[in-house]
Amino acid sequence: MANFVQQVVSGLASGGIYGSLALALVLIHRSTGVLNFAQGELATLSAFICWTLMDHGWGFWTAFGVTIVLSFVGGAAIQQVIIRPIQDGPVLGVVILTIGLLIAVNGLMTWIWGGAARQFDGPFSTEPITVGGVAFSKQDIGVIAVSLVSVLLIGLLFARTKLGLGLRAAAVNPVEARLTAVRVPAMLAVGWGLAAVLGAVAGVLAAPSLFLEPNMMRTVLLYAFAAAVLGGMDSPIGAVIGGLVLGVLLNLVGTYVEWVGGELRLAVALAVILGVLIVRPSGLFGRAAVRRV
Amino acid sequence: MSRSAGCGSDLSILELRGVAARYGEIRALHDVTLAVAEGDFVAILGANGAGKTTTLRAVSGTVKTTGDVLLDGSKVFRRTPEGMARRGVAHVPEGRGTFSALSVLDNLRLGAWVQRGVSQRDLAHVFEFFPRLYERREQQAGTLSGGEQQMLALGRAMMAKPRVLLLDEPSLGLAPLVVREIFGALRLMNESGMTIVVVEQNASLALRAAKHAYVLETGRVVLGGVASDLQANESVRRSYLGY
Repeated sequence: MANFVQQVVSGLASGGIYGSLALALVLIHRSTGVLNFAQGELATLSAFICWTLMDHGWGFWTAFGVTIVLSFVGGAAIQQVIIRPIQDGPVLGVVILTIGLLIAVNGLMTWIWGGAARQFDGPFSTEPITVGGVAFSKQDIGVIAVSLVSVLLIGLLFARTKLGLGLRAAAVNPVEARLTAVRVPAMLAVGWGLAAVLGAVAGVLAAPSLFLEPNMMRTVLLYAFAAAVLGGMDSPIGAVIGGLVLGVLLNLVGTYVEWVGGELRLAVALAVILGVLIVRPSGLFGRAAVRRV
Repeated sequence: MSRSAGCGSDLSILELRGVAARYGEIRALHDVTLAVAEGDFVAILGANGAGKTTTLRAVSGTVKTTGDVLLDGSKVFRRTPEGMARRGVAHVPEGRGTFSALSVLDNLRLGAWVQRGVSQRDLAHVFEFFPRLYERREQQAGTLSGGEQQMLALGRAMMAKPRVLLLDEPSLGLAPLVVREIFGALRLMNESGMTIVVVEQNASLALRAAKHAYVLETGRVVLGGVASDLQANESVRRSYLGY
């Protein structure tokens, strides 16, 4: 039983990371219909920036804060400079552009920092704390806390602020939003910025356990896709819950189903994507596309 | 208000001069010239495809045009929907124009996007006009009936406190009783000082509510004048309005 609880908590920690990245994917997808394949590499880039700042002697939280700000600016800039010129064209074109961005950012990171894996000292120690006879890793608890707080803050921004209202309006009905004076292009840039922030959180939280290297987030991105599909590609809350469910599921399957082990976890994630697409294509929390009359 | 419709005057809050527009190869507007005085209630009438909707879209900048659109007598260059909304032109497009995935309250808050904040007094004012919106304030706009969605679209426009309200086919697909309610609200809004331009297929309905009217035919203004005169003139009714 103790082992089960441990595995659940450590699954929630991975799930928090998947959920953050899945939320980033959903934010962009529901406003523009685009799957941003570069989201994982951008998250890794953020983690590298954080690492570099710490390497220059900055404390973790200062470096993390600055990384968040830089990621927001970077995400918004990418939307304005690279995506905006072609965003009115076919969605497929934009998707292919994000694949190009993935390759470019990956190459850039290898060029600057090299391909070798680096140790990334996170803010939380890996030593266990014992609660009621069950030992948890402090790092897992910390990762769960930081990812959930970030997601909650983004949620509050969307639900409670004027900016959030504009972001939602621009996402669900851009034509109408412009008629009410919402600056839709600016909202799309902010959306990309916020997605990059969530990616930065995921990247920085993942780096201590995955080790930092240019391909660090590649499998995490696939898990995030699975989480987003599970929760519903257009449901922010679904993405987060999908991430947590997937994290726990993968951890339990990896622990208790002997023949899966660590290697087949990715296959389980793909099975989840396939299963959801067959049984319930709109995901757990997604709605079937609403037709406007 | 004694001015001859069709020619601009210094009092015009909104004026179109020789406006033309096309969708690809198809010319929707050839030459539309019309003027709307401050406080006026103008109906734009005409058959399907006459260019009524495009005329509104030309004003709000949702279609590319040639010719001039003037607000308060000065030409507006490079019109965009958000820019025109900021200048006090609210455009409620055909098909209700609400955010169906957002709540009624969020829709109304979006109406006040150009304002500094959402004024509780304005909200209360909208709910006074349309009590049913208050009952349904937490509901998703998409779950409202057609009439309620039209009320929401009007309520959202009220929140923006526009100087000119452009309305496209507010009666479309609504029951007669609901249409009466909508036009009653429009008249009250007009009496409280809002300039209204409404596009309608239902000419007799629109002529009863409006002060002035223009008739479009194949992208041109063919007739303009005082609404009651147009309504009284049988040959006008026969040849242009079809009733």
